[in-house]
Amino acid sequence: MIRFENVVKRYPGEATDAVHNLNLEIESGTICMLVGPSGCGKTTTMKMINKLIRPSSGAILIGGRNIDTVDTIELRLSIGYIIQDTGLFPHMTVGENIAVVPGELGWKKDRISSRIDELLDLVDLNPKAFRNKKPNELSGGQKQRVGVARALAGDPPIMLMDEPFGALDPITRARMQDEFLRIQEKIRKTIVFVTHDVEEAIKMGDTIAVLKLGQIVQLSSPMEILSNPSDPFVSELIGGRNSLKMLSLMRCGQIMKTLSPAEVEEARGSPQGILGMKATAQDALSEMLRTGERFIFVEDERHDVVGVLDFENLLERVNRHGITS
Amino acid sequence: MVSLRSPLKIVLLGSIGVLMTVWVVENPQDSVVARLVTYDKVWGLLLQHFYLVGASALLAVVTSVPLGIALTRPRLKSWAPRVLALVNVCQTVPSLAVVALSVGFMGVGSRPAIIALWIYALLPILSNTLVGFQEVDPAITEAAHGMGMKAWRVLFRVELPMAASMIMAGIRTAVTITIGSAILAAFVGGGGMGNLIIAGNNISRAQVLVLGAALPVLMALMADLFFEGIEKRAKY
Ligand SMILES: Nc1ncnc2c1ncn2[C@@H]1O[C@H](COP(=O)(O)OP(=O)(O)O)[C@@H](O)[C@H]1O
Ligand SMILES: [Mg+2]
Repeated sequence: MIRFENVVKRYPGEATDAVHNLNLEIESGTICMLVGPSGCGKTTTMKMINKLIRPSSGAILIGGRNIDTVDTIELRLSIGYIIQDTGLFPHMTVGENIAVVPGELGWKKDRISSRIDELLDLVDLNPKAFRNKKPNELSGGQKQRVGVARALAGDPPIMLMDEPFGALDPITRARMQDEFLRIQEKIRKTIVFVTHDVEEAIKMGDTIAVLKLGQIVQLSSPMEILSNPSDPFVSELIGGRNSLKMLSLMRCGQIMKTLSPAEVEEARGSPQGILGMKATAQDALSEMLRTGERFIFVEDERHDVVGVLDFENLLERVNRHGITS
Repeated sequence: MVSLRSPLKIVLLGSIGVLMTVWVVENPQDSVVARLVTYDKVWGLLLQHFYLVGASALLAVVTSVPLGIALTRPRLKSWAPRVLALVNVCQTVPSLAVVALSVGFMGVGSRPAIIALWIYALLPILSNTLVGFQEVDPAITEAAHGMGMKAWRVLFRVELPMAASMIMAGIRTAVTITIGSAILAAFVGGGGMGNLIIAGNNISRAQVLVLGAALPVLMALMADLFFEGIEKRAKY
């Protein structure tokens, strides 16, 4: 668990605090998104966790220990760090980049080598093809995968990610987000993720901290942020179309009506659209618009129809969260 | 990949030098030239020249590179422009004056020559080292620190390799210049190819003069090609 207690950061010669009286608690194994406009103090907040920036006052605790009392190198080796454009070392191969932290940790050669393969597999890059490539031979998305692999190399419990997908084109970015969430399901790291993109925050976050002028204006779940923006700043930041964004957070599997075997039999062969359990309610709505029907079926991994989702059901779900816009 | 062309060119230039020497030794204008230019003597002068250049360039590398590294550390950063200006000023003093001055301190021989040559070799290496380190993206070094690399590891495993080709370019310039300037060593008894030029001039024998001038030029061209190859190899 990471905990900020009344953390203040004022850069020398500045008239205002870059981070002002910040209190924040990040649960182990969750993703906390820091979101807000440029210059609101996201990067400063993040860099105080690995001591790249020292707070002017206040304390930061990791697992109950004040990081001031922890050796800087030891602390940093236990925190994966990914920045925009990845910060990959251009003179090292992909393998050498990934080997940096294990090397600093003093691992044996063959342990490092098998770790490189394992991580490249995890981020879906063929180890044989990519180990010996230099970063400038990679596409933006591939670089980012290597960046993720490198940050995970020492198996740190915590990851800091500063706009990691910010430089990617929208399609690659969406794919990286999906894959990163898939990886996180396996590894369950405590992640602090900085972004200025609210859509990304809503999609990726377990909790979202909205920052404005160095202060947290709202700290809650994505659903809560969408349904109950705490003040006009947050509403403006998340923009309109909240209902659509909320639909994108609901999974068909969670909100469908389960069908009895008899009903399933009846449904068989009907021409309605079918979606998987993990599809979002937004996908469901879009499918209804495409087929012109007011309901769709939901199937499990074995492609057996297990449930149904109808339009009234979606409406009720959205209204339950008190959306007006 | 370094192309095969530059090793070939180096061999070609070397052969020209050998052929010229052979031509003068085997077909001397007269007995004076025959006595002055022998294989032994040319080889000896060549080695001396090599020594002058090698010693001064090595001295310049071991002083300039650490100085350049020091002047790109956060604490000493503000000193960089001043030090660079000072070295620049030294550079503008005519080389003959520096040679004469160092003779005043150290007497004649190869030592004052090496000191003078060293001063000239400092600037290109120092300025390139500074630029090489300044060009390393701060985001990359910050990532390195953030990952948990110790400061000296960041320096040697990240910054130095990234600045290497720039530093090599500075060494290349320094060595090429020094090969030419080392001719001046002959004026203070430091030896080298300058001896042939002075002798050829004193006795007005064109053969000797031409050989004395051509060999350092060929050496400089060969060194340039050689270090160009290393510089390219250091590029990531
Ligand atoms: N090294 C610095 N010196 C002075 N001011 C800084 C420095 N770094 C950031 N700031 C200021 O602090 C504020 C917060 O910056 P930052 O944390 O980078 O914001 P964000 O990551 O949200 O864009 C900004 O106003 C920025 O100009
Ligand atoms: Mg930032």
